[in-house]
Amino acid sequence: MIRALIARDVRRTIGGAAWLPVGFFLVVATLVPFAVGPDPRLLERIAAGGLWIAALTAALLPIERLIEPDRASGVLGQLTIRGISEEAVGAAKVTAHWLTFGPLLLIAALPGSFILGIAPAALGRTLVALAVGTPGLAALAVMVASMTAGLPRAGALAGVLLLPLAIPLLIFGAGAAGDPESGGLLLEAAVSLLIVAASPFVIGAAIRASRT
Amino acid sequence: MKPHLRFEDVTCRRGGRLLFEGLSFALGRGEALHLTGPNGSGKSSLIRLAAGLLWTESGRVERGELALADDGLALDRELPLLRALEFWGGTVEDAMDALDLARLARVPVRLLSTGQAKRATLARVAASGAPLWLLDEPLNGLDSDGVARLDALVAAHLARGGAVLAASHGPLGGRWAQLELGA
Repeated sequence: MIRALIARDVRRTIGGAAWLPVGFFLVVATLVPFAVGPDPRLLERIAAGGLWIAALTAALLPIERLIEPDRASGVLGQLTIRGISEEAVGAAKVTAHWLTFGPLLLIAALPGSFILGIAPAALGRTLVALAVGTPGLAALAVMVASMTAGLPRAGALAGVLLLPLAIPLLIFGAGAAGDPESGGLLLEAAVSLLIVAASPFVIGAAIRASRT
Repeated sequence: MKPHLRFEDVTCRRGGRLLFEGLSFALGRGEALHLTGPNGSGKSSLIRLAAGLLWTESGRVERGELALADDGLALDRELPLLRALEFWGGTVEDAMDALDLARLARVPVRLLSTGQAKRATLARVAASGAPLWLLDEPLNGLDSDGVARLDALVAAHLARGGAVLAASHGPLGGRWAQLELGA
């Protein structure tokens, strides 16, 4: 049932809105050179940070369709009735969301890096840092989606909740992309892992609390 | 023989309002219970308590395997009806035949009418094979043919040793014990 749930979520996203966060990511990345000017040296210095800001804002986009439609239509209740714990549902939702979010974001990061003029030497570690951060970002998005499901103005609330929680990922991720000696990549991996490990429990509790 | 559902001294409070207290009953093999009562008397809350989707304020609910049909469709809107029902598994094609849904098998769920959607949620319950059926307002949107088909399904389920708990304002066919809330 869990595998069927993951497959269903992936199918629904690929058939629908999977490319939307990716397009949004590229649009935000494109805005940076327009905002700060085309000076290549300046752009090279801020490129990794620009990519991360773009990734964070792109992570916000799918939040409203991650949990709320299944809560409203009764899918979450039916899963509970079939004896599937809310935590297992949370883990499945995180897995399915990452599968449709992480790889596509990394593919989009290639043209994004080109737009921002990232130095070829830094391209590899920027992509690795982004790759390590995507599971954490995906888990955060599903967590925030479960906490705001069914609330009025959930979209705006989700942004206010998610962005501060993503700050550790942002600091270590952008740091790892900038300086390979900083140890930022390990710290980023630790934060990402912590978020992923905690997410099923947070999502499970949020789903139970949202029952009326 | 263990009953399919047992309420022991159950009290339910929603939003600070006491809906019912000290409620005890059991549903065994072949037993059907019809919940009645005015709007807001706690019929849906009782069904959600029985399903394990709400917690009791006090008392105990024992339940075995069950299936629930309420106003949540819980089917993927973009899928054809047959595939959407197959996600939940069970004897889907038999259940669709029993509710005269076979000719809608390829129709996307989002195009179903209110009554057809109600039949689909009942088909999900009938396909589940669970011994206990919880039906919240099963007659809503059903035409007379649908009501007759539901009555036949319930009768067959009871004959197989199943149990049914239904909340409904309308009359249900067959022999039902009555429980009135908010009286």
